[in-house]
Amino acid sequence: MALLPRLDMALSLGFHIVFASIGMTMPLLMVLAEHRWRRTGEKQALELSRAWAKGTAVLFAVGAVSGTVLAFELGLLFPKFMEKAGPVIGLPFALEGVAFFTEAVFLGLYLYAWDRLKPAAHLAAGWIVALSGLMSAVFVTLANAWMQTPVGFSLADGGFTDVNPLEALLPPSAGHEVPHGVLASYAAVATMVAALHAWRLLKEPGSKFHRLALKIAVLVALPANLVQPVLGHRSGMEIARLQPIKLAALEGHFENQTGAPLLLGGWPDYEREETRFALPVPKLLSWLATGSTEGLVVGLKGFDRELWPPRLARFAFQLMILFGTALVLGYGWLLVDWIRTKRLAGSPKLLKALVVMGPMGVLALEAGWIAAEVGRQPWIIYNVMRTEEAVSDRPLLLSLVLFGLIYLLLGFVVTKLIAHYVRRGPRILKETDGNH
Amino acid sequence: MEITDALALFLLGALVLYLVLGIADFGGGILNGLSSGKTAGAQRKLIQSAIAPIWEANHVWLILALVLLFVAFPVAFRVLSESLHLPLELMLIGIVLRGSAFVFRQYGTGEEHGLWERIFSVASFTTPFFLGLAMGALTSGTLRVSSGTSYLGWLDWFPFSVGVLTTAAGTYLAAVYLTVEAKEVELRKAFILRAYWAAGVLVVAAVASAVLVPSTAGVFQDRFLRFWFIPAAAGVALGASLAALRLRTTKLARVFAVAAVASLVIGWGAAQYPYLIAPDVTIDSAAAPEATLRPLFGALVLGSLLVLPSLVWLMVVFKRRD
Repeated sequence: MALLPRLDMALSLGFHIVFASIGMTMPLLMVLAEHRWRRTGEKQALELSRAWAKGTAVLFAVGAVSGTVLAFELGLLFPKFMEKAGPVIGLPFALEGVAFFTEAVFLGLYLYAWDRLKPAAHLAAGWIVALSGLMSAVFVTLANAWMQTPVGFSLADGGFTDVNPLEALLPPSAGHEVPHGVLASYAAVATMVAALHAWRLLKEPGSKFHRLALKIAVLVALPANLVQPVLGHRSGMEIARLQPIKLAALEGHFENQTGAPLLLGGWPDYEREETRFALPVPKLLSWLATGSTEGLVVGLKGFDRELWPPRLARFAFQLMILFGTALVLGYGWLLVDWIRTKRLAGSPKLLKALVVMGPMGVLALEAGWIAAEVGRQPWIIYNVMRTEEAVSDRPLLLSLVLFGLIYLLLGFVVTKLIAHYVRRGPRILKETDGNH
Repeated sequence: MEITDALALFLLGALVLYLVLGIADFGGGILNGLSSGKTAGAQRKLIQSAIAPIWEANHVWLILALVLLFVAFPVAFRVLSESLHLPLELMLIGIVLRGSAFVFRQYGTGEEHGLWERIFSVASFTTPFFLGLAMGALTSGTLRVSSGTSYLGWLDWFPFSVGVLTTAAGTYLAAVYLTVEAKEVELRKAFILRAYWAAGVLVVAAVASAVLVPSTAGVFQDRFLRFWFIPAAAGVALGASLAALRLRTTKLARVFAVAAVASLVIGWGAAQYPYLIAPDVTIDSAAAPEATLRPLFGALVLGSLLVLPSLVWLMVVFKRRD
């Protein structure tokens, strides 16, 4: 039964991706803060850079160990997949390892050698951390893109031959999946950081520290949230082309149709082969998927019943769009207000909106990935290998429970710790400086 | 030399580096748990400052070994993932808890400092132990490819003994490294004392392992004896390391300690050859097609040229005596 390994992996990935996204985005924010300090000499800029760096250190560590779990779980949960696919997609994983190592080395230098490095060297170290974080995300997403649209090998006697790792490194879906997936991480984290500092500004309106923090976070969150839907639209079109059954499942679309309507909400009924109680927007799905209002959209009924992805894919997809839309509206409002009043989030109403939007980025990130992965089922390698052929026969319930408890514990502790850090603001530096 | 052998050598190299760097970090955690005496607080403080900048980066050797395994020797990767499922999971749990506890205690609010301290110390024992256990198991010839067998092929005296050996080796290395970093005489003496104890456990575990090699390990024992000069060199290096500690030439002790552990692992590798998992999986039988191996080898060489200098720089920045 493939369910337990899938749940196990989903748990580890769902946990890790939050911390990995933090490991990509926070270095960017802390370097921007440091640049500001070097330029203006403002006390709060230095405090902010150092406080963000401390928070990053803790969260990066949790990301590092949860990433190690994933590396092992590839084999522990899907040994037959790794046996066949390992040699084909080893390259992006190896490159991710190099990127992670570079990030870890330079983060160590950034955090602990602040006094030993010249300013330019310290800033450079910070930029290298940010860049390697980005590269890690790119490589890991490339590996996933290969699972969605596998290339770079031939199938013979149930094995992979003529392996071409370089071709496998840049699969067809990479062009849409990598930008959309990577930007999602930046958006999620920057939105959350903005929310945390907006929260403090509601309590301490005069705090220059939190004002600057908000500004830098919004600098990343604003463009990220506004551009994401554009990339998402592109992803939709590409998925319609490369993985039509996935699109059909995500859209709850059953019939082959030209001029197909976009279905909002509703309940996909796999027995009756229709999505019930949905709100149809005429012609919109055809336009979104093909660029033409009369374009053909293939429905689920055009495929074998046993290949239909689980309905969870659609629910996750709709959630992602819901949150993504809310973020566009909220941040769009923020932008308009900023231009009009020349002040960023000057009113408590806007600050509250920022706080409310905080979790939405992370929720959209998780929902989007669930849609991507569940939408790929029943395949682990799309159209090549089924998930159930790939899994371990080992009893896994205990691992699931055990790791679930560990992640719960870590999540709880981290939340408490970060809440404490944000609440204390710049004072956290004096309070924890003995420990570095 | 065949490309498969070259890659197996890379794998061995990754393992050696993980042991002398990453597992030594775990050794630090063990010493943290064993800190006692007048200098106990100073011991813990030194351990923390020594490990903090490098412990995450040192994961890379483990990841490298893993990636090498599943790219170059995927059959072995599958067999190990299945037959060593439980020890590998326990090793993972140690990694997760050790790392998290370490940062929570360093950056925490101070409330549950004691709890994280304990978790850090205890978790530090588990990873070296289960790594050693896994290595012992794949030598012992009890991990068979034909399934339907129990997942408990690793539950035996020999793997257990190798687990203890690995834990002791990590502790010994950490103790010696810390003698170099310790600035006060009393602190240095405390770590030298711990190094002696760890070396004692190491030697006992090594001898026990040699005695406990099961008959199912096949030719391992013969090959180990044939290459006797390698473990002998390890023994000599260990002796030299201990002598250097006695003479308070701690940097020399560090060099010999690393040499001792490295030699032991190399000796093990030489004796294991050509098996990855005795007796069913060899380097050749597990290998991926040549079309994969060649670019991988190239990537490894290139990667080493990029990665090793960064690591050296990191070490130099933090380990150079001010």
